[in-house]
Amino acid sequence: MLRWIMGGRGSQGTIEKSAALCIGEEQPKNCFTELQVLKGHFDIVRFLVQIDDFRFASAGDDGMVLVWNVETGERLVELRGHTQQITAMTTYTFIKGERPHTALITASSDRTLSVSLHTHTHTHTHTHTHTHTHCLLVLDHLDVWLSGGNELCVWNRDFQLKCKTVHHRDESNVSWVVDLVIFKLNLSEAEMSILAIHHLADHQDTIRSLININNELFASGSHIGELILWDTVNWTIQAYEHILWEEPAGDGQSEVRIGQQKQSEMSIQHMYSDGELITAAVGSGLYVYNAVMKSIVAYRKVAHDSDILHTELLDNGRVMSCSEDGSIRIWELQDLPLAAEPASTGFFGMFGTFGRSGKQAGAPTKKLLEVPGLRSLELIGDLIGHSGAVQMFVSFGVKGLVTCSADHLLIVWKDGKRESQLRSLALFQKLEQSGGL
Amino acid sequence: MIGSPDVVAFTKDDDFGDSYTDPCLLPAEFSVPLFPHAANANPWTKTSYAKFSKDFILISEFSEQVGPQPLLTIPDDPRVCGTFDLNYFSLRIMSVDYQASFVGHPPGCSYPKLNFVEDSKVVLGDSKEGAFAYVHHLTLYDLEARGFVRPFCMAYISADERKIMQQFQQLSSGFSKASESLKSGNRKAFANELEKKLQDLEYTRTVLHKETELQKMNNGCYSTQVIEKANELANVEKSIYEHKDLLRQIMSYPNKKMDTDYVQYEPEKPVETNMVDHTFSSTHSISRDKCVETDNASQQLSYTPQLIKAKSAKCFDKRLKTLEELCDSNFFHQTMDHLNLIEKTFRGDLCFIYTSQIDWALLSKQKISSFLFEEERHGEEEENSRNLYDTDHNPHIALPSLSNLSGEPMSLESYATCVEIGHHKLELESMEGPPESSTSDITQETSEEAVDTETKGSFSSDRSIEALGNISPANPNGFVRRSTNEVCTVTLSEQQGEILPGAAPDKMSPSLGYKLDVYTADMFETENLVQIDTACCIGQDGFIYEEPLPVPVQQCCEDTVVKQEPLSLLQGDPALQVDYIFGESGLPLGPSMGLMLPEESTSVHSEEMARMNIEDVSDCTSYMSTSTSSDRAGSPFTYGSLITVKQKKKAGNSALRFIRQYPFAQQAIFCVLSGQTLVVLGAEEGTVRKLVNALSIFVPNLGKYGETVQPWLTTSFQLTDLQRWKLIGLQRVASPAGSSMLHSLSRYSRYIGILDCDNKTLRCHPYRGTVLGHMADHRTQIKRGSTYYLHVQSMLTQLAAKAFLYTFCHHVHLPINTDDQGSVELRRTNFLLQLGYTEEESKIIQFLSELIKQNFFQWPLKGLSQSVFSFSYTTSVLYKI
Repeated sequence: MLRWIMGGRGSQGTIEKSAALCIGEEQPKNCFTELQVLKGHFDIVRFLVQIDDFRFASAGDDGMVLVWNVETGERLVELRGHTQQITAMTTYTFIKGERPHTALITASSDRTLSVSLHTHTHTHTHTHTHTHTHCLLVLDHLDVWLSGGNELCVWNRDFQLKCKTVHHRDESNVSWVVDLVIFKLNLSEAEMSILAIHHLADHQDTIRSLININNELFASGSHIGELILWDTVNWTIQAYEHILWEEPAGDGQSEVRIGQQKQSEMSIQHMYSDGELITAAVGSGLYVYNAVMKSIVAYRKVAHDSDILHTELLDNGRVMSCSEDGSIRIWELQDLPLAAEPASTGFFGMFGTFGRSGKQAGAPTKKLLEVPGLRSLELIGDLIGHSGAVQMFVSFGVKGLVTCSADHLLIVWKDGKRESQLRSLALFQKLEQSGGL
Repeated sequence: MIGSPDVVAFTKDDDFGDSYTDPCLLPAEFSVPLFPHAANANPWTKTSYAKFSKDFILISEFSEQVGPQPLLTIPDDPRVCGTFDLNYFSLRIMSVDYQASFVGHPPGCSYPKLNFVEDSKVVLGDSKEGAFAYVHHLTLYDLEARGFVRPFCMAYISADERKIMQQFQQLSSGFSKASESLKSGNRKAFANELEKKLQDLEYTRTVLHKETELQKMNNGCYSTQVIEKANELANVEKSIYEHKDLLRQIMSYPNKKMDTDYVQYEPEKPVETNMVDHTFSSTHSISRDKCVETDNASQQLSYTPQLIKAKSAKCFDKRLKTLEELCDSNFFHQTMDHLNLIEKTFRGDLCFIYTSQIDWALLSKQKISSFLFEEERHGEEEENSRNLYDTDHNPHIALPSLSNLSGEPMSLESYATCVEIGHHKLELESMEGPPESSTSDITQETSEEAVDTETKGSFSSDRSIEALGNISPANPNGFVRRSTNEVCTVTLSEQQGEILPGAAPDKMSPSLGYKLDVYTADMFETENLVQIDTACCIGQDGFIYEEPLPVPVQQCCEDTVVKQEPLSLLQGDPALQVDYIFGESGLPLGPSMGLMLPEESTSVHSEEMARMNIEDVSDCTSYMSTSTSSDRAGSPFTYGSLITVKQKKKAGNSALRFIRQYPFAQQAIFCVLSGQTLVVLGAEEGTVRKLVNALSIFVPNLGKYGETVQPWLTTSFQLTDLQRWKLIGLQRVASPAGSSMLHSLSRYSRYIGILDCDNKTLRCHPYRGTVLGHMADHRTQIKRGSTYYLHVQSMLTQLAAKAFLYTFCHHVHLPINTDDQGSVELRRTNFLLQLGYTEEESKIIQFLSELIKQNFFQWPLKGLSQSVFSFSYTTSVLYKI
């Protein structure tokens, strides 16, 4: 494409580097055929939080929090309070006066935390903390929320500090923590206390991400690609996966390892779980793991051109990922073709590309048979629109998908067909009201 | 044959006759009258032997020095008039001026009085010359002129009589506006002139007074010199009052009259009454004429008061003001612009005018989808035509005046006139033969019988009657009533003498006059260009200030006894002069006070006034200036002006060349029509711009200023730019700087089609179908760009109509059911299939339909965050020559 524009008409035949991942323009399974660009931020937009069925909030380095309507693209509320970039944002729903109230909790580099009630009015409450807050966690069942940075603070819904630790590690994904500290929150009638009860020091590098899978399990991922499943009751390792991309491909591909392997390519940037499956963004690759079966479901070493920043499992068994390369990709878990078929189009194809030779063609096939139940991640669509790294996305199901990016923009991707029908419907309703044309 | 009319009449009256109307028939107001000639006649042959090549507008004046003389023609091109004798025709049209431009001493009143005479409109023909004209008479005030008025007329001269007759309404409203503009400019200039003159007079008075005192001192009270001086002083005094009164009259002109209705005459009456209440003693022995003569000598343009010599120059030595001087220059040019517009609007054949009028009327009813491919009706011609054929007020736009006239209750006179016109109209339309066949020599001094055949000459709207007749009924002041009634009578008798010899003046009742006013108000559009003459308004304020002046001063004013010392004399001469200039005298200066106030405020507001004038002008000529509207601010590279039909026709030429030159033109057009942004890539700006221009006629919803097209872009573009622009000309840069641009090209390649005009390749979604084949056939026989443009336009209109149906058809037949989306979808798809459209053509329709929906909801297209950007995932194909 690029070469063609450059004027090199003869160079059409050469396959570009990421050709294996370029699915071209024909994307019948990609339903996002309409987009809406939302402008408002002045700096990188890093966080998106879904508030309810149609509202979401965005926050970024400009310290602003904007609340949008996903259906109309309208900007509903603009919250300015922070003076520096926002480092964490979450929603917090609590019952007060028989009505659920939703609050946005934001943490910023200016060492303030802010809670914004925006159901009816938006009120700001600011509290200064002494350290940077990197993580916010809401414990719904206890009706408290935690802020984690250099110290861990527990707050109640009235923004009162319940207790805090001056511990230099916490339960969150602070990057320099090598060992995991489990805190126990003691609820007594008068006061809350928080105690470090367990140190888990099995990771060999910094922990990048941590998620709760279900009541029994949580998972942590480290910078060098270690994925550990923990038991929530007795803090024991349930499973240990060290994702080295060469491993499944097996033996004797030293050339690949030398050439391609950087540390960041194995770093587990983000994980997402729906209770059974875990998707992990490992470098620029994707990894799907079944936490119940404790087995790999599918993986793709090079899913994007650069690091994946966020990944999610969609309802319909699809995986979506966004990356620093500015694209969002939609994947579908598909059963692999039978072993007899040449795996030219599968994920092993890329080894051929990267190895610059076709001699491994036989090896993946052999390897494939070793992993039972392995499925493949097939690219079914990509969304190109952002000109900077796509930081995060939030899916609203049929209503669309919101992405935020380093290019200061938010894009709402929608199903064009559905939107067209909705517009027709609105048109007819308006006609009914006005009594004809 | 005898019985047949009865039969026809019978069925006409019968219900059966009306019960069925063909739904396919156009509504009456959109039908074009058939060509009245016999079937074998060629409608294009020139039936008249006019000596001029095309229609033109002539402005002529009845000069008090040389008689009727032509002043200027529009267009200002001697070839237009050819050998046509303008002087003779001026004489002809000026001789029709029978209106009562009555200024001066009305009987029973001993000082000059201005009447705000309405214009008269006359159609006259000269079959010998082959010229027919709509003549619009107006009078302008000039302080130096005899009776303060100078009669002018504007005439639209055409060889086609029917054109004049059938476009009478439009011509009339257009010329009324022009005339109104001229007159308001004239009032302003006249008021200014009067004010200056008054300053001069005041100054002269004080000087004279001083001289008188000196004479008294030297020669005693009863010397001849003193008496002479005293008489002179009295004359000046009187002159001052007369001028003041004139000023008051001119300023009391109802400025808001044009805004709403003629009913607004009412509030103005008290003002007039007050003015006239100043009953002057009858010591005015000097005739007004002398006064005028006195005035003539002293007219100076500076604000410094001048001494006025008692004796004036001879009447024929003086230079009469030109039309431009007579009206304010701004107003004059504005009027000329307006007249140029009129000329442009009525240019061409009557059929063409009809068609465009109908076209416009139909388009204005199709606002829902007409935005797609029709140019916005705000261009130079369109603006005018909108003004002229305002459908809101006048639903029967395209019909001859008959329908309009007969619908209104009329006064007797005008009814009679209407009947005549109607008769004439019927004659015209009943194919009895060309009206030119009437051999009667058409002259203004028509005999009774000539009135019938020469209806063209006697079609008058009786303006002067309305205006004056309206003032009289409610006026409480007997004096004024008497005077105006007299004026009325004069006017009537004159007019009736001309047109309807049978009608008596007393038949005109106030109520009828009032109805006439309603009718005329109908003809004037409310949205017209009335320039609020700030000078006049402010002047009125000034006179309000004058009211509570100290009593002694007032006495001084009203008492014209010469011997009485003006208070101002207590001051020295030089100081006095300064005071007149600045109007800051510590002592009440009597009349000068009242004089200076308006002057002062005028100067204060003059800036504002100038600005307003500029605004007025710029409003009128906005198509000339670069628009700074906000929606264009976002796209700084777009064309600086409105897209006009002319431009589009020119673009049609390049489009024709494009489709001949490029075999993949259809694909490119498909790309544009289906809403995929087309990027024209090239190294040479001229080529790229030409291609963009050619393709722009296919861009749906091009916008008033073509804001959806970016003819030349040198930087890389963003996604939001693709959302905003549907056609982009992009510079190909060889340097590394261009790589980012090329990067964006490749990055967004799925959203765009790329037409590379250097390599002559096109990369876009493939198109299969026949519709665009008709639109862009490279073997087309069409030779001319404008023809091709019209061809394309008609095809696009078809597409737009289909899109309209596609958008709304479901609703027409079936109720809305929210749950039933699937079947709706199916039905809509079937609809497109039934139309025989391929998948790609359906995409075009769908895209247009989305645009219609968006437009219907009035989604602000400016706010980019509000608009959506649709696309599809289809593989692009590379086309080469």
